[in-house]
Amino acid sequence: MPLALARTVACALLAGSASLAAAQDMTGAGATFPAPVYAKWADAYHKATGARLNYQSVGSGAGIQQIRARTVDFGASDMPLGDDVLAKDGLFQFPTVIGGVVPVVNIKGIAPGQIKLTGRVLGDIYLGKITRWNDPALKALNPGVPLPDEAISPVRRADGSGTSFIFTNYLSKANAEWKARVGEGTAVNWPTGAGGKGNEGVAAFVQRLPNSIGYVEYAYAKQNKMTYTLLKNREGNFVPPDADNFKAAAAGADWAKTFFQVLTDQPGKDAWPISGATFILMYKNQEKPQSAANVLKFFDWAYASGDKMADDLEYVPLPPAVKELARKAWASSIKDVSGKSIAWK
Amino acid sequence: MTASFPASAYLGDEDRMQSHLQDRPPAGRRASPWADVVFSALAHGAAWLTLALLAGILVSLVIGAAPAIRAYGLSFLWTSEWDPVQNRYGGLVMIYGTLMTSLIALVIAVPVSFGIALFLTELSPLWLKRPLGTAIELLAAVPSIVYGMWGLLVFSPILSRFVQQPLQSTFKDVPVLGSLFSGPPVGIGLLSAGIILAIMVIPFIASVMRDVFDVTPPMLKESAYALGSTTWEVVWKVVLPYTKTGVVGAIMLGLGRALGETMAVTFVIGNFNQLDSLSLFQAANSITSALANEFGEAAAGLHQASLIYLGLVLFLITFIVLSISKLLLQRLKRREGRVT
Repeated sequence: MPLALARTVACALLAGSASLAAAQDMTGAGATFPAPVYAKWADAYHKATGARLNYQSVGSGAGIQQIRARTVDFGASDMPLGDDVLAKDGLFQFPTVIGGVVPVVNIKGIAPGQIKLTGRVLGDIYLGKITRWNDPALKALNPGVPLPDEAISPVRRADGSGTSFIFTNYLSKANAEWKARVGEGTAVNWPTGAGGKGNEGVAAFVQRLPNSIGYVEYAYAKQNKMTYTLLKNREGNFVPPDADNFKAAAAGADWAKTFFQVLTDQPGKDAWPISGATFILMYKNQEKPQSAANVLKFFDWAYASGDKMADDLEYVPLPPAVKELARKAWASSIKDVSGKSIAWK
Repeated sequence: MTASFPASAYLGDEDRMQSHLQDRPPAGRRASPWADVVFSALAHGAAWLTLALLAGILVSLVIGAAPAIRAYGLSFLWTSEWDPVQNRYGGLVMIYGTLMTSLIALVIAVPVSFGIALFLTELSPLWLKRPLGTAIELLAAVPSIVYGMWGLLVFSPILSRFVQQPLQSTFKDVPVLGSLFSGPPVGIGLLSAGIILAIMVIPFIASVMRDVFDVTPPMLKESAYALGSTTWEVVWKVVLPYTKTGVVGAIMLGLGRALGETMAVTFVIGNFNQLDSLSLFQAANSITSALANEFGEAAAGLHQASLIYLGLVLFLITFIVLSISKLLLQRLKRREGRVT
């Protein structure tokens, strides 16, 4: 009998601790681009507080679908939803980290940062209008650079992706014909080029194919030491892709007005023109205020102590002012059923 | 038979019969009459479950594809535009890519597999038979992503450098052939996907062919040899007619695999949704590759419905291929005995 009793008590204790942990757990799904930093934050947060984050990196589109179906506590997307769409679905979005998309090339004898491009020329290459590296337009931008008389092999993402969205959004802003013929989106009707699957697929193509050009996430380009190009930004400066220049792009945006900000072609002397934030999607009206509070607590903690970890993984933390705006917006926008703000502090 | 019943081996015919009558299992060990009923119900259930699953898949595909079917109807099959931004979809590029890569795969794989099976059953020295047969079966166990990576990183540069570029420079000005070999010299496209698929289906086709060749009664073969036939004549006129059902089955198994292969194809086909040349080296797309690449990020609505519609088309293509093979077999059977 005492043994049985002890077993019951042990079971109850176990169940109790499990439910305690479960009460702090949260689930999210979506974008693959920020998945490494979310995983790192989640690991550190678990060590600090005991709460667990289960994040499925299934892609932005799937993340939006899952939050719409309410199967997760938050969705994550590299493509911000328009304010009208958010209002219709009763969703709220806020940014977490910033990244950049980088054009990379593979030309014999060309060093990183040696080639200068403009959005217009980049668009013409992906439209199939500029087909050779010694095209007059490229030569005019790069006097003195030994550009070969070879065909350009453009490479792009085959799968739907937030990276492609940021890239095509930029091309639409910088190249009128691109906007008219192709447009922007996570997947578009590419007029030319071979499609690689994922950042690693594009990187593999570019590293393998001589005279190719592609675009990948900054972290990917940096870790693989790929040959990036300089881009001309809105102010007319040729800038290299690096963390400071992504930050400059984020600083130029008017976050106070709306979080719907695609950070391409932003003003700013140093702004890298193909930058973008990644976003979290949550319901404004929370049926489960406890899990909403858990999610907000997690991102509050990540805003406060996650910058170093983001830096290590080549992501760019948000400017402090934007974080403050996000915190304020949580308080004013995310409510439980009775209309009370969620207690995340 | 006798070896397994040593006790009865010494008995005369009559005695053996007697002992068989006595050898009934003891009453206690006989299975209860329920066993038969349960077993038969389970077997029936398994068969019906398969049919129900098939019907269920078909129905859910049709339901999922309904928005796209309503929007495009059958014109989906011959429209080549695939534009997620404008929300306009047509499946011709992927359907063409799937059929073309599978065709290339079969054109390469069938003769090679036939040669392998022939060698293993008729020509190979005994000591080589086993290791070679096992090696071929092992090839079937390689995960398809490995073939894909190998195709992308190792095979397509070789194809580009030693096949495509020489072909292009040789046939640059020849009208039909020139356009057949045109395209960016990257070694990625229909042909490389077809060749990778061929490598992947060869183990399947070859091992089934070898198994069916093996069941040809030695009597038939030896009779033919005794009449002075060459090995080729024996295979072509005795073994092949005897095993044609199995051979067609083997080819269909390979074709089914080729039609449905996803991962390896998506690495080497180029995932290019334009149909602007008939070149074998042109980057293209296949149904499965489009599904794998786009499904995760496809917005609910027409994009997703069109992808499911593509899945339905693949389902129907497979069904048609199977039906044609059954018809072919029936015709072969009807002609049996008339033409030799």
